[in-house]
Amino acid sequence: MEKEEKIRERIKEWEEGVLKKSLQSLPERGKFSTLSGIEIKTLYTPIDIGEFNYFEKLGFPGEYPFTRGIHPTMYRSRLWTFRQFSGFGDAIETNRRLKYLLEHGETGLSIAFDYPTLLGLDADDPITKGEFGKAGVAINTLEDMQLMFKDISLKDISTSMTINGPAAMIWAFYILTGESQGARWCDLRGTIQNDILKEYMAQKSFIFPPEPSLKLVIDTIEFGSKELPLWNPISISGYHIREAGATAVQELAFTLANGLTYVEKAVERGLDVDDFAPRLSFFFDAHIDFFEEIAKFRAARRIWAREMKNRFNPKKERSLWLRFHTQTAGVSLTAQQPENNIIRTTVEAMAAVLGGTQSLHTNSMDEAWALPSEKAVMIALRTQQIIGEETGISNTVDPLAGSYYVEWLTDKIEEEVYKYFDRIDSIGGVIKGIRSGFFQREIAESAYRYQKELEEMKRVLVGVNKYRIEEKLEIPILKVPDELEERHLARLKRYKENRDISKVQDSLRILQLNADEKNLMPYIIDAIRARATLGEIVNSLKDVWGEYIEPVIY
Amino acid sequence: MRKIRVLIAKPGLDGHDRGAKVLARSLMDEGFEVIYTGIHQTAEDIVRSAIEEDVDVIGLSILSGAHMYHFRRILELMKENGLNDVLLIGGGIVPEDDKNKLIEMGVDAIFNPGTSIKEISDFIRKNLRRRV
Repeated sequence: MEKEEKIRERIKEWEEGVLKKSLQSLPERGKFSTLSGIEIKTLYTPIDIGEFNYFEKLGFPGEYPFTRGIHPTMYRSRLWTFRQFSGFGDAIETNRRLKYLLEHGETGLSIAFDYPTLLGLDADDPITKGEFGKAGVAINTLEDMQLMFKDISLKDISTSMTINGPAAMIWAFYILTGESQGARWCDLRGTIQNDILKEYMAQKSFIFPPEPSLKLVIDTIEFGSKELPLWNPISISGYHIREAGATAVQELAFTLANGLTYVEKAVERGLDVDDFAPRLSFFFDAHIDFFEEIAKFRAARRIWAREMKNRFNPKKERSLWLRFHTQTAGVSLTAQQPENNIIRTTVEAMAAVLGGTQSLHTNSMDEAWALPSEKAVMIALRTQQIIGEETGISNTVDPLAGSYYVEWLTDKIEEEVYKYFDRIDSIGGVIKGIRSGFFQREIAESAYRYQKELEEMKRVLVGVNKYRIEEKLEIPILKVPDELEERHLARLKRYKENRDISKVQDSLRILQLNADEKNLMPYIIDAIRARATLGEIVNSLKDVWGEYIEPVIY
Repeated sequence: MRKIRVLIAKPGLDGHDRGAKVLARSLMDEGFEVIYTGIHQTAEDIVRSAIEEDVDVIGLSILSGAHMYHFRRILELMKENGLNDVLLIGGGIVPEDDKNKLIEMGVDAIFNPGTSIKEISDFIRKNLRRRV
């Protein structure tokens, strides 16, 4: 206390003396705030972090509350997984890109699906016209999945799949692909995103209404806990919430609220929290405000550990872990002077590493124009390798701990997240908030405010609203060849011709009959064994559950 | 003088609606009358809305890479329905080559990420084909 008084006294002296004098001749450039609008002062001192209890706030890595990291040694034992999100055209083309990345040192796979697949539609559905293979790879059948992983041993690598509405079906394709390679289910490692709540909030690739969707998610969590113990059946994602315009605080608050909703629902189903909580994983955005992002990741671990402990009282320590994947911010990329994006991505990737991420995707410089070219994705991968293997950033655990600014900002973000938790509780929870448009409105409001700041030059975007030049684009741009669609459609047609249609119909009928009462994973697997396609399985469930149409809010 | 009427639409399966929503709201601030369709619209839905709402401008937001197909289809339907005096503009993730092709096909403008609201509103005012 005596020490505190002394510091306060000295700060006052400093403010009235050295600082005041300096400001007279050299005033500050304006007000300062984080990207999310948190106001930032000139200087942070021990006073700003108050009575800082090291053990309560930070502790040791690998120990509650895990602020400093979930592993005792973090990157000294193993670097994060280099995991580049990729996929375009058909399964065969994507197989080539995956192998290219593996050859150049990628350590985990991450699959991007095209829009029809994301919405559970086969490529021969007329509503998918023009969308084939454009935003990712089209996977409609077990054969497609097998081709995508041809000569890639699924028992030896982990695969993350960004799939939500039809996550259960795509996972079943993957499980059976592993099986056909001779892998045991229990050896398969990877993640399905499967976070349907944020689809309604932000990413908008939903199929069914929230309630049956959530039921299907819990089916996968239950199935995974019994059959695929090394699989993460969900990746609770803030990334898309952030990209849709949310602030760092909103990203974290909404994501953690979604996470707690899944846990509640799984416990309601009768699952033991320790049987599934260790396999819950998260996915966050690393945006351009360096310290704010680091503070966000640190706060995320602490809040999650505390809330899991207080609400669900698990026995296993792993149930308290917030393990996460990070992607650098797509929205921070500029179409103008695309090479500048390499720098942005580097800074964001450094924030993810200093924040203790378990795996990372670095965006490519050309993504404001198209899916990444081979050259661009190579630079993105190299960015991670340079950070991990050259810079020394990964030499020690949580190196920014104890920084007055970083600790203050970590506390501040935590405090703001709890304010949102209260608001979400007061509106009746996550699903009610989705139905009433609460989250969508909050996100749209932040997106609008950010745009206004750019227009008014309150924020600088280099090459866009400042330092703009006339330029001719000089980077290669990826083109998805049209032949891939023809090749895929021919394969799909053959696949459908070579099967016993009555077996397909029977399997789908049984699936429908059990839609609301039973865990659907075994029924979905049976339908796929009978050679049902993605679209057929999803359509049969649409007949039972209907489709979701969102309220238009802007 | 009446307000210029703009339809902002999201064709196809794309769910990226940040840009469309921000633009809809910002154009209102600029004094336009704006109708936003929401996501997952077919070309038929969009052209029908354009006729019903009697708009001067259709703005498509596409970040899914499916821009060539959707623009072509909407241009066809606009022609069939005699919407020759309606401006068709777009924005999203559209490579340069495609952008040039779209302009040749008859799209009035494509705005890439980083375009200011002012550039878009100035373009609309300057190039409007219908009298307001």
